[in-house]
Amino acid sequence: MASNKTAQFDAVKTLSKIEEHFEMFQILDQEGNVVNEDAMPDISDEDLQELMHRMVYTRILDQRSISLNRQGRLGFYAPTAGQEASQIASHFALEKEDWVVPGYRDVPQIIWHGLPLSQAFLFSRGHYLGNKSPEGVNVLPPQIIIGAQYVQTAGIALGLKKRGKKAVAITYTGDGGSSQGDFYEGINFAGAYSAPAIFVVQNNQFAISTPRDKQTAGKTIAQKAVSAGIPGILVDGMDPLAVYAATKDARDRAVNGEGPTLIETLCYRYGPHTMAGDDPTRYRTDEMDTEWEKKDPLVRFRKFLEDKNLWNEEKENESIEKAKEEIKEAIKVADDTPKQKVTDLMENMYEEMPSNLQEQYEIYKEKESK
Amino acid sequence: MAQMTMIQAITDALRTEMKNDENVLVFGEDVGLNGGVFRATEGLQKEYGEDRVFDTPLAESGIGGLAIGLALEGYRPVPEIQFFGFVFEVMDSVSGQMARMRYRSGGKYSSPITIRSPFGGGVHTPELHADSLEGLMAQQPGLKVVIPSTPKDAKGLLIASIRDNDPVIFLEHMKLYRSFREEVPEEDYTIELGKADVKREGTDLSIITYGAMVHESLKAAEALEKDGYSVEVIDLRTIQPIDIETIIASVEKTNRAIVVQEAQKQAGIAASVVAEINDRAILSLEAPVLRVTAADTVFPFSQAESVWLPNSKDVIATAKKVLEF
Repeated sequence: MASNKTAQFDAVKTLSKIEEHFEMFQILDQEGNVVNEDAMPDISDEDLQELMHRMVYTRILDQRSISLNRQGRLGFYAPTAGQEASQIASHFALEKEDWVVPGYRDVPQIIWHGLPLSQAFLFSRGHYLGNKSPEGVNVLPPQIIIGAQYVQTAGIALGLKKRGKKAVAITYTGDGGSSQGDFYEGINFAGAYSAPAIFVVQNNQFAISTPRDKQTAGKTIAQKAVSAGIPGILVDGMDPLAVYAATKDARDRAVNGEGPTLIETLCYRYGPHTMAGDDPTRYRTDEMDTEWEKKDPLVRFRKFLEDKNLWNEEKENESIEKAKEEIKEAIKVADDTPKQKVTDLMENMYEEMPSNLQEQYEIYKEKESK
Repeated sequence: MAQMTMIQAITDALRTEMKNDENVLVFGEDVGLNGGVFRATEGLQKEYGEDRVFDTPLAESGIGGLAIGLALEGYRPVPEIQFFGFVFEVMDSVSGQMARMRYRSGGKYSSPITIRSPFGGGVHTPELHADSLEGLMAQQPGLKVVIPSTPKDAKGLLIASIRDNDPVIFLEHMKLYRSFREEVPEEDYTIELGKADVKREGTDLSIITYGAMVHESLKAAEALEKDGYSVEVIDLRTIQPIDIETIIASVEKTNRAIVVQEAQKQAGIAASVVAEINDRAILSLEAPVLRVTAADTVFPFSQAESVWLPNSKDVIATAKKVLEF
């Protein structure tokens, strides 16, 4: 039966109108060609090279972390390969004074924001000092509760605004995280207070095994910004230039008092969800993997830079060697760090230990002195 | 000194700390122009501006996250959860996040947050407004849980809570908000967290209690006095950490004790107090330590409330069992 509703009351039409506006923003196609010259960000050659260096470095870090995990030399690890553009290029748009509020897969961003690599390894090994970022490095420990980082980011951003600081708080979750209530509360609070926050959803297509299609009826996740009345953008998350440009734009608007932005980066994780037994062959096909590998962020950015004579094999090898060397050193520092004790935990529960804990402290001090 | 109800004393404490420390922020649902549904934040927005006293969107988890984030930027947030029955919506922010912040950041960050919330029965609220959920909070290491029973205590404890560098859950019993007035000093003062208060001295029985049950216990103590019993009433004031020292000193003196709480019996504060007495003073006891509590059901709809809630008669009955053991 044909609908006799008038256009102005056609809710279905309204939805499809909204959805068609959320087209994927891209600057570099998967062959490394600039397809959107107008959107090219203003970025120096040195910065382009630095961005490539960081992505190559992070890919090596991922490979080494997986292998160290398999050797039993690292603990919890969530692979990052495939998400370098989404992670590193978004972070590249930030300034030192900004806050980075990561999810558990977002360790690369906090490393590039100033967390020593050795501490990232300590975090992986379950050592409490892994999360004690140096003074002046505004990062939080990787969040485990999906979505919790979103509401906290709204708070940090409101704090930045109240302090009159020209800085932002950026946070990351995945396609699964966008289903959490905290996702909406976070973007809505930040919107209501016009707080300088950037909310990134790295849509890597799967929440562990659950495909993106099962998370929401929405055609995109970016369009969820509409519900909070904030700008949202769908970005090719395998394209470092598009991710950088979108994040830079969001940051500029945020520090100008124009409020938060939601950025959905379409990307893919090549590896398993974590190294704790996830088997992606149960929920992904080889064809899908191959299709996404063709979009690889390093491949296309390398091609783009080589065409501009900004990158070559020698530079690539330098980055690889630097990564390997620093990883080796960082593992040594982690190895040399004394193991965490229960008394360390007790000392960090309260500013001053309450009497019940004090009593137990003495017991553990004795136990751990043996 | 002025005569104040507990709600007035709470407002006075908030005003005092907002004046003392510009990093103190008060926020929550309807706390701004409206002054809160119980008027605890009455006049604060007018006095300190919208920047420091502000309404939030209606979402408790968001309020919790906002508090954590603001604390990271150096603020001292005092959010209100409109009714403590709504705490489940903010449990991750409280237990999963604030309570763990110091440890999980290796001591770099903390959560100097005081969550204020009305709780407790006897005022015929709709469902899920009045529950005594303090046990849930007290079981979470990393938090402190404070429950005042008088206007004077409320002011001193709230100021101390706001100044504390760890997260404090500050629970305000709704029935006590306007039930009586007392002299409350106008100056700023603190009452140390984790310290109980002997509200009445006695030699035959110790009643250990907190919140609205302090008053039921005091009533019971007066009645028992007429029967020739000298009853001591200890108001815990802070239920995490519990002031074990004061409890044990009292029990060693009286040799008999009961614990009174408004909450259900299962797994609560009273059980914890009994266990501590058994651990530390069992040889001083002349009788088992009994509990007066509500029944192990969910909080009732208002028609069954008055029987469900423990009162002074229940306290007297249980006290007599122990006194006459």
